[in-house]
Amino acid sequence: MSDQSVIIEDEETAPVEISSVHHQLGLTDDEFDRIRAILGRDPRPAELAMYSVMWSEHCSYKSSRVHLKRFPTAAPWVVVGPGENAGVIDIGDGWYVALRIESHNHPSFVEPYQGAATGVGGIIRDIFTMGARPIALWDSIRFGPLGQARNRYLLKGVVAGIAGYGNAVGVPTVGGEIGFAEHYSNNPLVNVMCLGLMRREQLVLARSGPEGTRAILLGAGTGRDGIGGASILASTPFDAASSQKRPSVQVGDPFEEKKLIEACLELYERDLVIGVQDLGAAGLSCAASEPVAKSGMGIDLDLDLVHVRESGMNAVELLMSESQERMMAFVDPSRVEAVLAVAAKWEIDAAVVGTVRDHGNVSVNHGGETVAEIPAASLVTGAPNYERPLGEPQWMEDLWSNTVKFVAQPAIATALLQMLDDPALASKAWAFEQYDHMLFLNTVIGPGHDASLLRVKGTDKGLALSVDGDGRLCYLDPRRGGARLVYEGALQVALTGARPLAVVDNLNFGNPEKPEVMWQLRETIEGISEACEALGMPVIGGNVSLYNETNGIDIYPTPVVGVLGLAAPLPSPPPRLDRALAGMELWLFGTEWAINLAGSTFELVTFAHIGGRPTAPDPTAGRAALQAGQMLAQEGVTPVLHDISSGGLALAVAEVAISSGVGVTVRYSDWRHLFCEDPHRFIAAVSPDAAIRVAGLAAEAAIPAAPIGEFGGNEIVFDRNGIRAALDLGVATSTWSQALSRRLA
Amino acid sequence: MTRVAVVVFPGTNCEHDTVHAFRSLGADAELVWHRQDTLDGFDAVVLPGGFAHGDYLRTGAIARLAPVMGPVAGMARAGRPVLGICNGFQILCEAGLLPGALIANSGLAFLCRWVEVEVISDRSVLTSLARPGQVLRIPLNSYEGNYVDPSLSGRVVMRYVDTPNGSQGGAAAVTNLDGNVVGVMPHPERGSDELLGSADGLILLEGFLASARVGAGV
Repeated sequence: MSDQSVIIEDEETAPVEISSVHHQLGLTDDEFDRIRAILGRDPRPAELAMYSVMWSEHCSYKSSRVHLKRFPTAAPWVVVGPGENAGVIDIGDGWYVALRIESHNHPSFVEPYQGAATGVGGIIRDIFTMGARPIALWDSIRFGPLGQARNRYLLKGVVAGIAGYGNAVGVPTVGGEIGFAEHYSNNPLVNVMCLGLMRREQLVLARSGPEGTRAILLGAGTGRDGIGGASILASTPFDAASSQKRPSVQVGDPFEEKKLIEACLELYERDLVIGVQDLGAAGLSCAASEPVAKSGMGIDLDLDLVHVRESGMNAVELLMSESQERMMAFVDPSRVEAVLAVAAKWEIDAAVVGTVRDHGNVSVNHGGETVAEIPAASLVTGAPNYERPLGEPQWMEDLWSNTVKFVAQPAIATALLQMLDDPALASKAWAFEQYDHMLFLNTVIGPGHDASLLRVKGTDKGLALSVDGDGRLCYLDPRRGGARLVYEGALQVALTGARPLAVVDNLNFGNPEKPEVMWQLRETIEGISEACEALGMPVIGGNVSLYNETNGIDIYPTPVVGVLGLAAPLPSPPPRLDRALAGMELWLFGTEWAINLAGSTFELVTFAHIGGRPTAPDPTAGRAALQAGQMLAQEGVTPVLHDISSGGLALAVAEVAISSGVGVTVRYSDWRHLFCEDPHRFIAAVSPDAAIRVAGLAAEAAIPAAPIGEFGGNEIVFDRNGIRAALDLGVATSTWSQALSRRLA
Repeated sequence: MTRVAVVVFPGTNCEHDTVHAFRSLGADAELVWHRQDTLDGFDAVVLPGGFAHGDYLRTGAIARLAPVMGPVAGMARAGRPVLGICNGFQILCEAGLLPGALIANSGLAFLCRWVEVEVISDRSVLTSLARPGQVLRIPLNSYEGNYVDPSLSGRVVMRYVDTPNGSQGGAAAVTNLDGNVVGVMPHPERGSDELLGSADGLILLEGFLASARVGAGV
């Protein structure tokens, strides 16, 4: 911890004299001057520490805020949009759902188990901070190739961390995705999405209430773990010395969080709190200042009253600690006793640590001395807003013209087998069987499908969610890539019978001080925004993770998009991948192929090629596909619906055949149709007696649709005018089932 | 109406699912906090799944000391139906109400998947309505699901068709000699609705309620 020793001083009340301290806390000279201008004096150590975490990239979004304004955020069903702990939408019948996605990339690289575990813990707190019971998790994780031992260690550690925390805290992990690319070798991505459900009247916001309101710190004792996580770990690039940052990673305790969830839900149910704020990044500095700033108030905070897990902590440490499983509740004085009784029942510690004041300052006492006295608003909204320079990378033109010239048709069965053996495309059962994905009896469609589908007990409704990222596509064209992620997620949701309602996004990018990275970020945001507007979906929340750069190499620009849809009613049974039977027809839905293999998995897996320009999405075709998918699922005429994405038609068909345990014959005219990943296409299994109805629904949605084969037999067969390429179903199944697990054995 | 107590320890997480499944069968299932020291008025008691006390120290090791465990043991001695599901099974073993112990899965990883279990005996409060040889499809969800019983004194009433966790003799559910105390590792309450994949678990829960109605073991 050599990089922090300098700030842990005994003389807490003395002004900072060492000019370089702010650098070590991640603040620039300009930012330091800005702080001096706000205070009209030199900051004290505790004050500087608070600014450093609250103004960190991670907490303040200072590099991305000017671009995030582009997102469409309004819709009649939006109750809470971006800027709170989670987005909230109204699904009717008196029910609200809360949704949020967060990254824990850098901590997971430094310490994969705890990094991932506390990522899960953090996102769950964001959800129950809003008043909702967290009911489901999804994770989107990316690593370098599994040929390297370090990457296998990271994948195993992250999956174990998600399982260890999620299972024990009692929130099921019902879906997700795992991707691989060399660019993530030294910078894995760990994004976790959480969904919560609440009755309308239980919504809670991070507000402090009026003068005299008490601030009660609930949950775990404060320790020295995770000090400076937001500013030191999450907001700077990585290098060989990063393992020294391990003490900046927090340590999770799912049991403590489980008790905290139950205690908080009881507080909301009994209407005992005015507002709450969880302690995540920036710890007490954030939880004490944000709710009061949003309420136009201030707070007297007494650090001597904070319950701690180790002695001798100074004010800086107490204010910056990111110890997990803590929550700040703002409580009317008349209800303090009742709140403390609830905490005692659930066996969690609680302490009244502050009082809301109308002086507008965060005034902090430690050991009888005032160690900080700063305007609350300046911590929360005073951070600079950077319009960093951006420019299109010079490599884009070369990338787009770098296409593969095919001289002959490849061996189709061999190419498909290669894909089935690719861990990015193969079964993820090795991972999701480590996660409890069934708790709460809501999981109608769980992991291993396109979108998850959860029932809402007590209603006839279902919630469909998908989470998808794609770094390669966005590297080739961030605007088209970002947009296609939104269309893909919306289509997956629609294929369960749900109407896509809202989006959350996690923007994982490189170093924002490079113009190329800022261009990628801006373009991606533009693409996501355009697609959301075309589909009438607001962005209700998200997260930005920058500085995903190690030794000067940036990751692929990797947005991860979560789409939430409402199925009303819930189709019973809904389409799945495993319901195809021998004798059913295979149908293809979608417009004419552009026959563009740029960015396709086929080119990557077969030729190790990444180049060309991916096809742009088409809003009209995109909307038609959503409408058709939703109608087919709702009418129950297609036991299987599956979107075509990575791996194209060939892989989509193989996944259905493997899941259903039945062979299939696919007729085609141009082999490139089998591997093209152009958007807005999906397949279905259709009983012959439903074919007329299916064709009618497709016509109604104005989407081309036709049978292209049938299910049956023990092979996956591709047939062009009688010339057959066949893959044995048993071989395909065992290859696909073991591709991931055998590499980790 | 049959009254079933569903015990909640700090860290328990399957209590609401268990109550939901029993209520769907018409029973009066109620949550009981672990500090409660009486189960008067209840016909049967269930220790549901989860992570009581975070599984810290050893699964079930702290939970067995809870005040509620006195009356649970009293019901066991009185021949009333006592059921432990998953973590509840682990607690019953720790409390000495069932022989044996549950250790880490042979694969050393948490395992959540649908499994098939075969009913071996109908002489237990859980399997009283099932018939021997019947195969049920219900979800497994555990890390310490590997049953070991050097004494061989527990009666196996259900076993896995294809043992996924190394469990001795493929044991999926074990009962005491009287058949009134049962531990089951897979979750019958999760197999209680066709929409979620299977309703095979209902015959087990119905059997448990039927045993509670007659007020004694089988």
